[in-house]
Amino acid sequence: MGIYLPIAEISVNVFVLLAMGAAVGFLSGMFGVGGGFLITPLLIFYNIPPAIAVATGANQVIASSFSGALSHFKRGTLDFKLGGVLLAGGIVGSTAGIYVFALLRRVGQLDLFISLLYVVLLGTVGGLMLVESVNALRASRSGAAPVLKKSGQHNWIHRLPFKMRFRASKLFVSVIPVLGLGAGIGFLSSIMGVGGGFIMVPALIYLLKVPTNVVIGTSLFQIIFTSAYTTLVHATTNQTVDVILAFLLMAGGVAGAQYGAKAGQKLRGEQLRALLAMLVLAVAIRLAVDLFVTPPNLYSLSAAGLN
Amino acid sequence: MAAQRAFAAAVSLSMLFALSPATAQTPPAESIQIGLSTDAISITAGFSGADLTIFGSLENPDPLVARQGRYDVIVVLEGPPRPVVVRRKDRVLGVWINLDSETFENVPVSYSVATTRPLQDIAEPAKYKQLSLGAQNLYMKPADETDSPATIEEFTTALRERKAATGLYSENVGGVQFLSQNLFRATVRLAPNVPVGTHKARAFLFKSGMFVKESSAQLEIRKSGFEQSIFRVAHDYSFLYGVFAISLAMLTGWLGRLIFRKD
Repeated sequence: MGIYLPIAEISVNVFVLLAMGAAVGFLSGMFGVGGGFLITPLLIFYNIPPAIAVATGANQVIASSFSGALSHFKRGTLDFKLGGVLLAGGIVGSTAGIYVFALLRRVGQLDLFISLLYVVLLGTVGGLMLVESVNALRASRSGAAPVLKKSGQHNWIHRLPFKMRFRASKLFVSVIPVLGLGAGIGFLSSIMGVGGGFIMVPALIYLLKVPTNVVIGTSLFQIIFTSAYTTLVHATTNQTVDVILAFLLMAGGVAGAQYGAKAGQKLRGEQLRALLAMLVLAVAIRLAVDLFVTPPNLYSLSAAGLN
Repeated sequence: MAAQRAFAAAVSLSMLFALSPATAQTPPAESIQIGLSTDAISITAGFSGADLTIFGSLENPDPLVARQGRYDVIVVLEGPPRPVVVRRKDRVLGVWINLDSETFENVPVSYSVATTRPLQDIAEPAKYKQLSLGAQNLYMKPADETDSPATIEEFTTALRERKAATGLYSENVGGVQFLSQNLFRATVRLAPNVPVGTHKARAFLFKSGMFVKESSAQLEIRKSGFEQSIFRVAHDYSFLYGVFAISLAMLTGWLGRLIFRKD
């Protein structure tokens, strides 16, 4: 069944989009990630213009992170204060990102920049995760107990000024890295259409030493607002949010996520992480190939701004 | 195969016999008229292209010339003019990057031609250049005229090629047929991605390879339907649209949790 997307201005198959949403939702439920980093490249592979894929991806992320954050709120595993500070940074980063986005679009380098960012970030994160999970798998196979990092251990981040106490996270840390992290994620959110959970979660755990149980809820909480802000700004400055497209993805996504979460409980942590790492790397490689393969048309047309 | 809908368009048979006694002596000059049955067309979001029929008439044709088939008509449906950037990808460190670009002013978004015979059989190429007639002869004005002629030539060719590849520039040889000595019918193609806006239908009359007369009419192409309303809201009320998109996402997330809750 075909449907015409009003903003993307192309006809697509409803079931392909629902299935795409469900598949990504399943994976996001299984691995506890938002899925934005999979949705946006998939949409680009499906010939949706990158600018629209990014803005719509941000819109789609709101639904999955909102639903996830609700569960964490009910369980009390959400640090509002930490989320709020991250968010303050996020708004600044997101605003900068939107500006860069519009600028790149004007000079015709947006598609390239989006692909490059995806290749670099997904490649790095996927690679690191794969190494880490393979090591963990090997260690558990050889019977050695996993080496736990001492939670009291401090690094350079804990020597920065402007300290603030975050009670729910049992944390006393400088606001500089928190704001910086929020800003970085906000920037990526507006340029890549991702929530940024796949960077936020490890950063909170390893850099700020936030207890793992509050990390996901807090990360999801801040992602709702950053991606909502990103969606709003994309809608007003670039008019690139396609609600029909976003709704189809969300509808498939929320259903898929629940089944994914159930399936995820049956797999072991290291196996899960190794699988996710391979998935992330596969997307990165696919995008990288497109950068190097000679395009069928060297010339492209676009509407010129009136300067 | 996409269903092709032919839009109705009809005749404006202009006054054919308005001869005053003074001009009755010398044969009056030929002229051409075209008419559209409507001045606006609405297309829906699922529009998959169509043929548009335009009727027209020749006034005061010389019966001898007409019998020998030496009258030729070229009908053009020209989309609204817009500035366009043409970009060329080049390899930098193995990666394909948009490098050079050329901006052209006032390029018709679409350009559909229908002719009685192949263009090269109707008149000399120089004639078309002079009239800026035909997709290959259309004058594309570069925004920066200081660029080298070779660069401008290259990008102009690429622009025409891309426009033709997307079906926006098309040529229908034999698309103009004479139904009688005076009456002709032209069939121009509307591409699936035909732009909205004011289109200009123009008819050119040639007699034995010489340009005689031109006539034009305007046609408004609009999009209608649910999808178009969304598009309009997204552009006219972009802030409210953004708020709506966010609310929809939150509602979907909340409902999804309510329906599929597993915890």
